[in-house]
Amino acid sequence: MGELRLMKGNEAVAEAAIRAGCDGYFGYPITPQSEVMEYLMAEKPHERTGMVVLQAESETASINMLYGAAGTGKMVMTSSSSPGISLMQEGISYMAGAELPAVIVNVVRGGPGLGTIQPSQADYFQAVKGGGHGDYKMIVLAPASVQEMCDHVKLGFDLAFKYRTPVMILSDGAIGQMMEKVVLFDPIPRRTEEELIRQNPWAATGKPKDRKHIIITSLDLDPAGQERVNLKLQAKYREIEKNEILYETLGCEDAEYLFVAFGLSARICQKSMDLARAKGIKVGLFRPVTLFPFPVKAINDLGKKVKGMLVVEMNAGQMIEDVKLSVGCSIKIEHYGRFGGIIPTPDEVVHALETQIIGG
Amino acid sequence: MEEPFVKTEIRKDENIVYKRTDLLVDRPLSYCPGCGHGVVHRLLMETLEEMDIQDKTIGVSPVGCSVLAYDFMNIDMLGAAHGRAPALATAIKRLWPDRFVFTYQGDGDLAAIGTAETIHACNRGENFTIIFINNGIYGMTGGQMAPTTLPGMRSSTSPYGRDVQTMGHPLKITELISNLPGVHYVTRQAVHTPSHVRKTKKAIRKALEQQKESKGIAFIEVVSNCNSGWKMTPVQSNKWMEENMFPFYPLGDIKVDGKLVEKKEVTEKA
Amino acid sequence: MAKIKGDILVNVERCKGCEVCIAACPSSTIAMSKEVNGKGYHFAMKVNNDCTGCMNCAIVCPDGVITVYRGKISE
Repeated sequence: MGELRLMKGNEAVAEAAIRAGCDGYFGYPITPQSEVMEYLMAEKPHERTGMVVLQAESETASINMLYGAAGTGKMVMTSSSSPGISLMQEGISYMAGAELPAVIVNVVRGGPGLGTIQPSQADYFQAVKGGGHGDYKMIVLAPASVQEMCDHVKLGFDLAFKYRTPVMILSDGAIGQMMEKVVLFDPIPRRTEEELIRQNPWAATGKPKDRKHIIITSLDLDPAGQERVNLKLQAKYREIEKNEILYETLGCEDAEYLFVAFGLSARICQKSMDLARAKGIKVGLFRPVTLFPFPVKAINDLGKKVKGMLVVEMNAGQMIEDVKLSVGCSIKIEHYGRFGGIIPTPDEVVHALETQIIGG
Repeated sequence: MEEPFVKTEIRKDENIVYKRTDLLVDRPLSYCPGCGHGVVHRLLMETLEEMDIQDKTIGVSPVGCSVLAYDFMNIDMLGAAHGRAPALATAIKRLWPDRFVFTYQGDGDLAAIGTAETIHACNRGENFTIIFINNGIYGMTGGQMAPTTLPGMRSSTSPYGRDVQTMGHPLKITELISNLPGVHYVTRQAVHTPSHVRKTKKAIRKALEQQKESKGIAFIEVVSNCNSGWKMTPVQSNKWMEENMFPFYPLGDIKVDGKLVEKKEVTEKA
Repeated sequence: MAKIKGDILVNVERCKGCEVCIAACPSSTIAMSKEVNGKGYHFAMKVNNDCTGCMNCAIVCPDGVITVYRGKISE
């Protein structure tokens, strides 16, 4: 059993990075995630593990620092919030194209534009559908607790290196800011240079005489070559869909109705479930933990058992599209959401279930 | 093809005094005839060979004509997004402090879209080398105006000449960054004559050696030609460069050992 | 008596005919061919035996197509 601490979600991300053996963090301050770099700077990870932490001049620079470091096989992370993540889309697309591993944490705030600094889930499309140009996907993890903020960093690095892909942790301002107890995993030593080179023979680490030079790029001017790159990426995404789906169910065994929610919304729905069940409504909760890969089959199976689903999101209805694609048109699926930094109350959610799904 | 002319008895392997370095990949360069890129590529690779640091070098190529530099340099390299090379190099050098790290960038890449990355990497005193090729035009996209295009100079987006009133002034980014405390060595060179080539090579050597001492950025601007973009023959373009580019971008050292070089007009002729 | 002389070998197929070497050669040893290579470029070629092996042509050649030799010949 690891060390037990009371921490903010943002702090848990930072501590987890140090413990996961992360080599470098590059970031730029933005509310509500600035505690990540603040915690890192205060912890002097350079002394603890040799990890490099650098405050960049912009999110654009941060993500390109990630690209550079990841291209040499290093384990690197950045974090930001929605407007900053928008600035990073260029670099994320390049990293997906060049097949580079990294963890990118988005502590989402309300938008569009400068929006608000309050929590939101309005970046679902951007994260899950590929916010930058070109056909690419990221693995997207959606933590619903401070514990998961910690655990998803480690999981994120594992998946990033397993598949050579950027991984996004799609959190929100509430999970980032709130304090909860968290069990920290035991520190993993940073990889030595020899281990890194052995484990990542694709990385640009300096060309010895006896191997070909390594080129990290997303460019292939030959259309046939670029199509091959795309086919390879798609094959990788199919593999990820086959192996890496994570979700959680609560009270689904006898459920007649279902809440489908990720992250903070799922926490709210847990309370709504209690309230609804106290009224005699048999409702369960389905929480996707990976948003890409999306738990298509699990939701489809539940769609054959329940009468209706309410997709609760802190946005105008984004994940509902994937839920509908998973279930088809057999049952009623409605969205309930609040936007711009407003968090729905459990009562509101129950009311929405009663009016939009049961009575609707 | 059969070489049609005189061969002497000297032409045998033991008499070779100069040949293309093996650190250049054995394939034709993608550059136009007479383009300075090829010379700078070769000087860089010759220097790495002479320093015996091929296995310790990580390069970053830009977007622009030299986007494919990694195909020609037989070392590990990363291709950056447009303008972002100094951000990549920053992280690489910080995480691999014993590696020799350089960026190779053109004027659009370094002085327009990548201005922020350039200035901040310089100002932080990152310990890598920047090779900056300034030919006053966007070559790869077809001869558009660059941040370094001279006043009055024609390009496809300044077809009547650069009007500084509406299009802004050429940016002397090299002088600009030379004032930053994180920058240790700044020089402006050229590669169109043998003596200029020799000086540029010395500068590249000095810049790479400096990385051993962690003293900050070494920045080498090479004022070069773009005969295709300028719509001249290579030889004409070199002459035009001497007459027009050098007066505005004077050659010589700008900062040495962390100290600005006393201003004297070094408008050099070949 | 031995004399130091030079020679050059041009990689004809890689030459792009930019003529920069011609301007750099102090002994007027290089001129452009009338023929073209496989890419359609006129190429640099030796037109006399006055080469001293000074390497200027090779040093300015953007495509690195010139190999330079220098050695003693007996007269």
